[in-house]
Amino acid sequence: MTRPQRFIDDEGKRLDGRKPDEIRPVKMQVGVLSNADGSALVEYGLTKVLAAVYGPKESQKSISLPDRASLRVRYHMAPFSTEERKNPAPSRREVELSKVLRESLEPIVITDYFPRTSIDIFIEVLQSDGGTRTVGATAASLALADAGIPMKALVAGVAIGKVDNVLIVDLNEVEDMYGDADMPIVAAPDLGQITLYQLNGVLSKEEFHNAIDMAMKVINKLVDIEKETLRNSYKEAGEE
Amino acid sequence: MSTTPFRVQIIPKIKKESYLNLYRKGQRADERDFYSPRKISIQTNVLEKANGSSLVKLGNTQVMAGIKIEPGEPFFDTPDQGVLQVHAELVPLASPQFEPGPPDENSIELARVIDRSLRDPKAVDLNSLVIRPGDKVWMIWLDLYILDYDGNLFDASMLAAMAALLTAKMPEYEELETGEIKISKNISNNPIKINKKVVTVTTAKVENYILVDPNLDEEIISDTKSVIAFDEQGNIVGAQKTGMGSLSQEEIDNIINVSSSAAQVYFKLLNDALKSEVKEEKGDK
Repeated sequence: MTRPQRFIDDEGKRLDGRKPDEIRPVKMQVGVLSNADGSALVEYGLTKVLAAVYGPKESQKSISLPDRASLRVRYHMAPFSTEERKNPAPSRREVELSKVLRESLEPIVITDYFPRTSIDIFIEVLQSDGGTRTVGATAASLALADAGIPMKALVAGVAIGKVDNVLIVDLNEVEDMYGDADMPIVAAPDLGQITLYQLNGVLSKEEFHNAIDMAMKVINKLVDIEKETLRNSYKEAGEE
Repeated sequence: MSTTPFRVQIIPKIKKESYLNLYRKGQRADERDFYSPRKISIQTNVLEKANGSSLVKLGNTQVMAGIKIEPGEPFFDTPDQGVLQVHAELVPLASPQFEPGPPDENSIELARVIDRSLRDPKAVDLNSLVIRPGDKVWMIWLDLYILDYDGNLFDASMLAAMAALLTAKMPEYEELETGEIKISKNISNNPIKINKKVVTVTTAKVENYILVDPNLDEEIISDTKSVIAFDEQGNIVGAQKTGMGSLSQEEIDNIINVSSSAAQVYFKLLNDALKSEVKEEKGDK
């Protein structure tokens, strides 16, 4: 992969033909695994992430909390998900992302209904083309709902970037690698709350503000697609 | 796998209501206002065997930074750049909450946020760290050692990192006939080339209050924390929400404003500490 000369052409289109505020084609499916209590497969363009939820189940004693359920989250990339094979042992990046993703889900799960239990959330990146943690958050949100875990709201994620001095949504890998900024955001629009934000790169204060604004608009749409996907899954179950 | 913290300190949680009563009156338990950091001391060159070192005290929190510079091989995709590696150790002597063992998610997150906030604005001039392009470059190992933990490890660590980087000296070396780079025990007078100074500002959100530089009790009762990194021009060069809760858009806007003012306070203290360092050096001669 090499750095492109320009990221946005004279017509204002990005390398893959998208407008700056346009997300890649999104696909969502729930109930894709038989063993898990809830599961989801989410794709933004070529990025594909599978999430599964197990629980609530009795907690290991050492981590058990007397007043709430514990969340356990693992973000992991499959060895074949990247350009060059990725060593399957968890990297420092995966350890950090597991933490921030757990912290992005803690505010929406109603954990005090299930003291002394744990809810396990596994996020497996099957194919990576930028934005894997935000697609992972969307998949985890759907899998939690599919598992019937009580939640205050659904979350979805999207990354905002900056290329050629323009803010863009939903970076693909080239835009992520060679762009000037990458700001992943996860939010629950129904609560008006942002549950994850990180910034990798340089932005002015104004750009930072606009980036969050931009993300919220897209996340709104993504959560609508999540709701539609869940509704359809119940419709199908009813027909069977 | 990341698990909801289970070693929860109960006492500060019981005290939360009394803390909130103070906040309603615009006060904090240690008599600071909401937007002021604690007392800070920055010492540099505290160790002789490291190429650079510093000890930062932020209230009762103490962080030591040590820099070792060694020859090494560049990364495949950046043959004409040196290497910067940031690691953080939450040393068990610093807190009953820290356990011995390999780095946990908290120390990895701390090191990676500091690393990104230095790397993305190109704070360290990695291009100046080449010995033989594509073959030998300088590797800067920046190790952050948490010695005493009373909250806000990010800001103390970044101040320690900056103070050590700005006062570090490159090793003296010779190129052997075999092509090997041999570093001598002497340390040269050449500094590391630094393009930009960076500080981070941590704020805690406790209900609807935003507190700059939270101490440990404030961190424990907080809903969530934000770490925002700034350069001296006021650009945001890194950011991270850390902790379980969430924030509204208005709260984030407010945090950015409050943090950008606090960043100026940190920059002033950092620059003052470096000035007195230069004076001392001159005084010695």
